[in-house]
Amino acid sequence: MDFDIASILAIDGLASGAIYVLIAIGTVLIFTVTRVVFIPFGDIAAFTALTLAALEMGRLPGTAGLVVVLAGMATLVEVVALLRNGRAHEIPGALLYYLALPLALVGVVWLSEPLYQSSMVLRILFSLILILPIAPLLDRIVYRPIADASVLMLLIVSMALHFALVGLGLLFFGPEGVRTEPMTDAIFEFGSIMITGQAALIMFAAVLFSGLLYLFFDFTLIGKSLRATAVNRSGARLMGIRPERSGTIAYIVGSLMAGVSGILIAPVNTMFYDSGFLLGLRAFVGAIIGGLVSYPGTAIGSLFVGVLESFASFQSSAFKDVIVFSLLIPILIWRSIVSVHTEEHDEE
Amino acid sequence: MPLLTIEDVSVSYGKVDAVRSVSLQVEEGQIVTVIGPNGAGKTTLMLATIGLLRSFGRMTFMGEDLSRLSVEDRIEKGLCLVPEKRELFAEMSVRDNLLLGAYTRYNRATINNELEAVYERFPRLKQRHKQDAGTLSGGERQMLALGRALMTKPKLLVLDEPSLGLAPLIVREIFHTVASLRELGVSVLLVEQNARAALETADVGYVLETGEIVQSGEASSLIHDPRLMAAYLGGH
Ligand SMILES: Nc1ncnc2c1ncn2[C@@H]1O[C@H](COP(=O)(O)OP(=O)(O)OP(=O)(O)O)[C@@H](O)[C@H]1O
Ligand SMILES: [Mg+2]
Repeated sequence: MDFDIASILAIDGLASGAIYVLIAIGTVLIFTVTRVVFIPFGDIAAFTALTLAALEMGRLPGTAGLVVVLAGMATLVEVVALLRNGRAHEIPGALLYYLALPLALVGVVWLSEPLYQSSMVLRILFSLILILPIAPLLDRIVYRPIADASVLMLLIVSMALHFALVGLGLLFFGPEGVRTEPMTDAIFEFGSIMITGQAALIMFAAVLFSGLLYLFFDFTLIGKSLRATAVNRSGARLMGIRPERSGTIAYIVGSLMAGVSGILIAPVNTMFYDSGFLLGLRAFVGAIIGGLVSYPGTAIGSLFVGVLESFASFQSSAFKDVIVFSLLIPILIWRSIVSVHTEEHDEE
Repeated sequence: MPLLTIEDVSVSYGKVDAVRSVSLQVEEGQIVTVIGPNGAGKTTLMLATIGLLRSFGRMTFMGEDLSRLSVEDRIEKGLCLVPEKRELFAEMSVRDNLLLGAYTRYNRATINNELEAVYERFPRLKQRHKQDAGTLSGGERQMLALGRALMTKPKLLVLDEPSLGLAPLIVREIFHTVASLRELGVSVLLVEQNARAALETADVGYVLETGEIVQSGEASSLIHDPRLMAAYLGGH
């Protein structure tokens, strides 16, 4: 392997790593705020790519149907919960929030077909609009009724949810693979190193969204309330910060980042209804390297996974997943050694 | 109408009854103290009042039934608890902790004045406003917990052992702060080990033993009760 090949592999790896960064940061955000290891962020990314592809072909994407179904289920769950708790007066608000709002988003996309025919930016925007309600609705349907369950229990439910979503993906999107229009044909050359415009765009997006998230946490009250929920749930409740609300915001922010990653990967990788699993799993390894709590650690971990994967597939493409996921074992051992301390702290 | 009424309230952990059929009241503008030995159920009663523990019986706040209200609803209505464990946001700055106190009624225009008011009360917090709450000393932590609670602008402040583990000089400062809340129109429900200081500050006192109220009355008369003197005041 000479320098040229190594540099190509490294840049390729950093670009895939940047994709994993976007997904992994959402995973960490959700975990710290709600204690849920949300495996399906990979699916959210894949569904966004499929949504964008459908819009390009001038079809109403399967996402619309998925959102309508989930909104119906979430409304039902919420109304039943309100009735059981004797809070019937809150039902109109719940209908507005869980039914009218998601349906309105679908309606907007449906009605504006002539608009998005002409503009890629609008198509991307509409794909994100359609994808954002999914995770918060799943949260309402699946996780909130068991919010006090153990982390392990929540993880098992996440796995089940992922398989359910893959099934729904097949139902709503069909089995065909899609690839969307390239966003840019630009190629940058630095000496002998070449970077495609798409790779540059992916890395730029990862930096941009990480930066925006940092600003959100540090400079807005909502961002601070999310951190407060993550740091001390009872403390946050005692300040009137509702953990369910923090959870919803975290799911929306995480979905936005996963959605962006799906849009960026769609022109370079063919995406299927079940492509999300490996994406999510690689991002998950990155998040584990960050201990599921540290954002910088997660970013470095995800980039490392991307680069490792890239070099591994050059050496022997059949074994690249074996190499990446074998990495989990030493990392988990290392994490369990360094994290004994923090767990004791949590018990307090 | 009393601000807070607790009527025939019981709380249990599984099969263990920690609080049994307790009734007490806090009138508007009053400081009410609950004293009692370790394990009497004081903390349990306070956690039930704020809604962190399930309880049986009746509780009303400003005439409104509390049973259907979540913790967060109660905070919005003007109840606030400084819990025994303090529950600060350890990995966030002192300033952010205080800002989050104002979460339910955040107002960009007045927030700086409100912060200044707390800093004036506890100048130590101002010096350390950038420091993480988890790195504060014990006394500074108590001040932060109290300051953060004041940022919620409560009508009734419930304090669980605000003087826990503090040097005598700071204890006096904390009780001074509690007494001064009256002027702000804040009523206080105060749980304390330090029975003498608590009764000197409060208007009304209740004595809780093994989950039941065994004595209550004007704080000024309780403090001269010979039996209480022997049990809690250690005769100093
Ligand atoms: N989570 C729990 N599970 C089981 N029992 C508990 C729990 N928390 C408290 N208890 C028991 O309930 C009783 C009352 O405890 P509580 O903390 O309310 O006492 P306290 O009056 O606040 O005591 P102290 O003055 O030491 O703070 C004690 O016997 C305690 O062991
Ligand atoms: Mg106690």
